[in-house]
Amino acid sequence: MSRRRGWWANCPPYIAALFLSVAPVAAVQPDEVLDDPVLEGRARDISGGIRCLVCRNESIDESNADLARDLRLLIRERLVAGDSDAEVIDFLVDRYGEYVLLNPPATGSTLLLWGAPLALLLLGAGVAVAHIRGQRTAAPTDTLSEAEEARLRELTEGRGDG
Amino acid sequence: MIVELGHFALVLAFATALVQMVIPLIGAHYRWSGWMAVASPAATVQVLLVGFSFAALTYAFVTSDFSLRLVVLNSHTDKPMLYKVTGVWGNHEGSLLLWVLILALFGAAAAWFGSQLPTTLRARVLGVQASVGVAFYAFILFTSNPFERLAVPPFNGEDLNPLLQDPGLAFHPPFLYLGYVGLSMAFSFAVAALLEGRVDAAWGRWVRPWTLAAWLFLTIGIALGSWWAYYELGWGGFWFWDPVENASFMPWLIAAALLHSAIVVEKREALKSWTILLAILAFGFSLVGTFIVRSGVLTSVHAFANDPERGVYILAILGIFTGGALLLYAWRAPLMQAKGVFGVVSRESALVANNLLLAVSCFVVFIGTIWPLIAELLFDRKLSVGPPFFNAAFTPFVIAIAIILPLGSILPWKRGTVTTFRKMWPAAALAVAIAGLIWAIETEKSLGGPLGAALGVWLVVGAGIDLWSRTGRGALSNRLSRLTRLPGADWGKALAHGGLGITIFGVAALVAWEQEKIAVMDVGDRMELGRYEVVLEDVRRVQGPNYISTLAQMHVYEDGRDIGVLPAEKRIYPVAQMPTTEAGIDNGFTRDVYAVIGDPQQGGGWAVRVYIKPFANWIWGGAIIMALGGIVSLTDRRYRVAAGARKTAPQPVPAE
Repeated sequence: MSRRRGWWANCPPYIAALFLSVAPVAAVQPDEVLDDPVLEGRARDISGGIRCLVCRNESIDESNADLARDLRLLIRERLVAGDSDAEVIDFLVDRYGEYVLLNPPATGSTLLLWGAPLALLLLGAGVAVAHIRGQRTAAPTDTLSEAEEARLRELTEGRGDG
Repeated sequence: MIVELGHFALVLAFATALVQMVIPLIGAHYRWSGWMAVASPAATVQVLLVGFSFAALTYAFVTSDFSLRLVVLNSHTDKPMLYKVTGVWGNHEGSLLLWVLILALFGAAAAWFGSQLPTTLRARVLGVQASVGVAFYAFILFTSNPFERLAVPPFNGEDLNPLLQDPGLAFHPPFLYLGYVGLSMAFSFAVAALLEGRVDAAWGRWVRPWTLAAWLFLTIGIALGSWWAYYELGWGGFWFWDPVENASFMPWLIAAALLHSAIVVEKREALKSWTILLAILAFGFSLVGTFIVRSGVLTSVHAFANDPERGVYILAILGIFTGGALLLYAWRAPLMQAKGVFGVVSRESALVANNLLLAVSCFVVFIGTIWPLIAELLFDRKLSVGPPFFNAAFTPFVIAIAIILPLGSILPWKRGTVTTFRKMWPAAALAVAIAGLIWAIETEKSLGGPLGAALGVWLVVGAGIDLWSRTGRGALSNRLSRLTRLPGADWGKALAHGGLGITIFGVAALVAWEQEKIAVMDVGDRMELGRYEVVLEDVRRVQGPNYISTLAQMHVYEDGRDIGVLPAEKRIYPVAQMPTTEAGIDNGFTRDVYAVIGDPQQGGGWAVRVYIKPFANWIWGGAIIMALGGIVSLTDRRYRVAAGARKTAPQPVPAE
């Protein structure tokens, strides 16, 4: 099995990353499904935002791993016990850290993640508006550049030779 | 022997690329025409050499030459012939060889069809193109040689990853690479223009077809990958915001922006330095994508150790080319003087808005992709950024782009008035009416469904109005006949914009209205889902060429009407020791019925999943229409690469 350890390294780009995550056949097993469709819906919503910790880049809702199944059952247990969605998520973060959240909460340094695109958008819009309003008609140059002069000489001299 | 010749040809191609890089660039600097003239034949020789090398590797795969390490690791005698051939690029080394082959092809195409280019510009373009080649040849030869032999060849190979043994994925990489590498042309033109110190309308006319070709190949490549994920991964997901997907999506977004800004350069000689910057960034993101995928650094923060040498090498290539080009840009860009002036309400301004939104949306994807790395390195926080973030942060940009698109597309160049927007009233009214209707009849109220439908209608009808307004005034029959004679660029524009609307609607509809049911079923059991009923008729084991399959036959009824039997498979590939699923899908215009057979259950029966996927095919249908728009636009005579070139020359095709 030693070669298998790094087997994705030899695989094509677009898929290499999917390797560990792609365990075909979706995850939720029939015996996990709750009878109450509302609770089950909430459980699915929560699971979609929780990372499978032993997978590469996959939520526990999609993962086939045993740990993902344990977490799915845990979420359902808490929901049946009457926890709110936020309580369930807090419970998971307490245990596994914020790494478990696929949607990092916008606090502390993560504010940058949410703020940077917005800042760039505003900056870009500002620059664009300033550029559009500040345009002046550039006087068209009627003199040739140095390079064009050289090329012209080349052509005219070439013709003279021929 | 052939393998050795292929190896040797690759080394020669490397040497040729070195010559093609150095001599013409020096020649262009000192205006020595003899030195500049080296570029074209060198480009031709290079493509022949690397083409032979690729053919030699393909030969080794087809004949299952197990003395080659790469063939052993990625092939097997029982593998169907199609996958023996596609196995050539189904691995790191081979895919890089394909990469340089396409790079050389683009370079040669510029040499063959570029006779009308100014001599120095052509020499510089080919020189820069060769410099990218040099970096990648060195990468292949020194770290990832596909022609490595084994001293003791085994009797058989270890088979190609079964997930790749699929027609959708077999042709996904070549298209993606045509796109990635096609952007190298835009990059070479940008760097050459910076070296020249000038950009004019002719430059824009040259860059556009290459970018358009690269963009349309990327569109097809991404759509193929997404379609494959949909039917192969077993639950019908079509986009995962995985770093590797993002790697292909970022160049696509920038290429889309570049396409539009190159139009402004070409028609109005404005936005020159911005267009150059986009051209550099577009290829830069292609290299970022290659780095992400090859190093594994972002998929898992700790996967870097998998292949440090390769990762570091690509990082160096990325740094040298993007960094070098950006430095050159900072130094030379002030030379680019804009000529065309435009008002606040004008086509140019609308295209600036388009560029801004596309560039920032690309930045959203970029920062989300690399944030886990930044957070760990700088803030010592270990966190994940997944689909919920991207969906929340990216969707507003899609909505904004979709809203301004028809408005901008109908504005005149230079200076317009808001009264022009009145033409779009019918599209707006229809969009709102349909969204309202959908909201009224939806059983489970969702915002995404009606919104997606409104945007879809707005874009499709808007594209139609835009096209119709191009026919001018007069009698209906005159306008109709003018419609058929409109230039390819106009039709291409309408198709691409309409295709975007169709894709947006498909995504929104699928996300909003998907239905799913999971159950344990024994043979003969029934399951009901919405208007559908599924009967598990039979489950049996089937032996395939290189796999063993559990084949389930599921009979599907729609409102009691028999719509056929869906075969759903679960395959095991014994050599690669991997399972795959083949979902049973009934494709329909308004919905797919999607059935998957899972594991046998302890108490008997199988886990069965059935999904109703509304308007799923519209997602890829829209992408195909977008790509078709690109093709139609390329056929426009005005944009042919060498328009007005020698009469005897065959009609040039911008990209192979």
